[in-house]
Amino acid sequence: MFDDFFIRALVAGVGIAIVAGPLGCLVIWRRLSYFGDTLSHSALLGVTLAYSFSLNITFSVFVISAVVALLLVSLQKRTKLAGDSLLGLLAHSTLAIGLVLIGFLSYIRFDLMGLLFGDILAVTTADIGLVWIGGSIILIILYFIWKSLFSATVNYDLSAAEGMRPEFSNFIFTLLLAGVIALSIKMIGALLITGLLLIPAAIARNISNSPIQMIVIAILSGILSVVVGLFASLEINTSSGPSIIVVALILFIISLVPLEIKGQLQKR
Amino acid sequence: MNENNNLLVRLKDCGVQKSSKWIVKGISLEIHKGKIVTLIGPNGSGKTTTAKMALNILKSDEGSIENYSTKMAYVPQKISIDWTMPLRVIDFMNLTSQINKDEIIEALELTGVQHLIYNEIHNLSGGEFQRVLIARAIAKKPDLLVLDEPVQGVDFNGEIALYNLIKEICTKLNCGILLISHDLHFVMSATDHVICLNGHICCSGSPKSIVKNSSYIELFGEHNAATLSLYQHEHDHSHQTDGSVKN
Repeated sequence: MFDDFFIRALVAGVGIAIVAGPLGCLVIWRRLSYFGDTLSHSALLGVTLAYSFSLNITFSVFVISAVVALLLVSLQKRTKLAGDSLLGLLAHSTLAIGLVLIGFLSYIRFDLMGLLFGDILAVTTADIGLVWIGGSIILIILYFIWKSLFSATVNYDLSAAEGMRPEFSNFIFTLLLAGVIALSIKMIGALLITGLLLIPAAIARNISNSPIQMIVIAILSGILSVVVGLFASLEINTSSGPSIIVVALILFIISLVPLEIKGQLQKR
Repeated sequence: MNENNNLLVRLKDCGVQKSSKWIVKGISLEIHKGKIVTLIGPNGSGKTTTAKMALNILKSDEGSIENYSTKMAYVPQKISIDWTMPLRVIDFMNLTSQINKDEIIEALELTGVQHLIYNEIHNLSGGEFQRVLIARAIAKKPDLLVLDEPVQGVDFNGEIALYNLIKEICTKLNCGILLISHDLHFVMSATDHVICLNGHICCSGSPKSIVKNSSYIELFGEHNAATLSLYQHEHDHSHQTDGSVKN
């Protein structure tokens, strides 16, 4: 019934959704959505560099995202600009450099739309392996630094005072975020990756009342968005990234209903 | 030797510099097991900064810090939990260590908020949250407890009971306590060592000796200083956390 490429996309997409769930929750709690955006915009630069020097795309995107993240930290210490200004500066300059480089690479046939919005046809069997192995590594590392990361999210000083070494786990978290972006760029596209991190976690926030519950719901709604989004993408021939994000948005709107009902009941 | 075994933290001539201005300078203090050290001083005098040096959160730009504590617990002055996080009291109690539920309930009972265990943190009032913060620190059974204005926003009766609880915990756990407080009554009646800060150590010593110190009187005004030296008296009863008298 399905073509092979579709099954591949489905398997890879579900893997991405599982990893994006907990990381997305952390992005929301730490108010890092714009940071995620910056990393994913810089991913485009990673892709063009991969083509220029014939490197592995996932690897190259990961390295560039990590470099941009470190650059941000050092710029924050050296300049008097606020964090959001620096993020904007890095996001748009890396995106621009990436697009300029694409211009130079005219001898290679480029699917720009695919890079920006994701392309399920691009998912290979090797990508599936990469997503599941890379994703497992990310989740295992996350498990080990969770207590430290979570306590630092609640209160940095408290975490530092009580020996949780938050500085270290914050640094690792940045790398994990770069990792999940690298894993999902082919399917979701550079412009929309943050959506897959944020929206499932936002859905989960609406209907959960403990951190673990929020993570589980974020994973489940991420998976649902990917599966339904990919089916829609196949049926109506749209890019995979936007289709997945639109489904996630619809789920978000549905998740507002219980809140609304609760609010109405409290008014009475 | 025994003296040294009880030593938890020693700050020697420590100070913190921020954009070429010293926030605090020349801070020396020691915290021992079973003793309460209190920092007092006006706003911006570097009380929190000093506490953060003792906790190893801030590095000292001069002098040396020795920290022999194996388990520290901290009640920060200002803490706001982001409402984007669905955090219940019970999750918060387990934030930096795994504590079993009975001990969590026990600690919450001590501060009088056991009924809030499954409530979301951001639905608590300021005073209730402060009680949860203290309970969390106690439940960790630390050997060094740092409390930065722990009773802010707590009602009057609760304040007295919580201060008594802090004193009780100090004896029960034999832990060292570094307390920042504006409540001079408690400071003078219940702590072992008082340090008067204003960017540097103005004066320090036992509560009895300090009220007579001229720089203390200068800092807090003659009227206050006089009232407080009068306040030193023995309590003939104690209070439960809800304010009622203990038998």
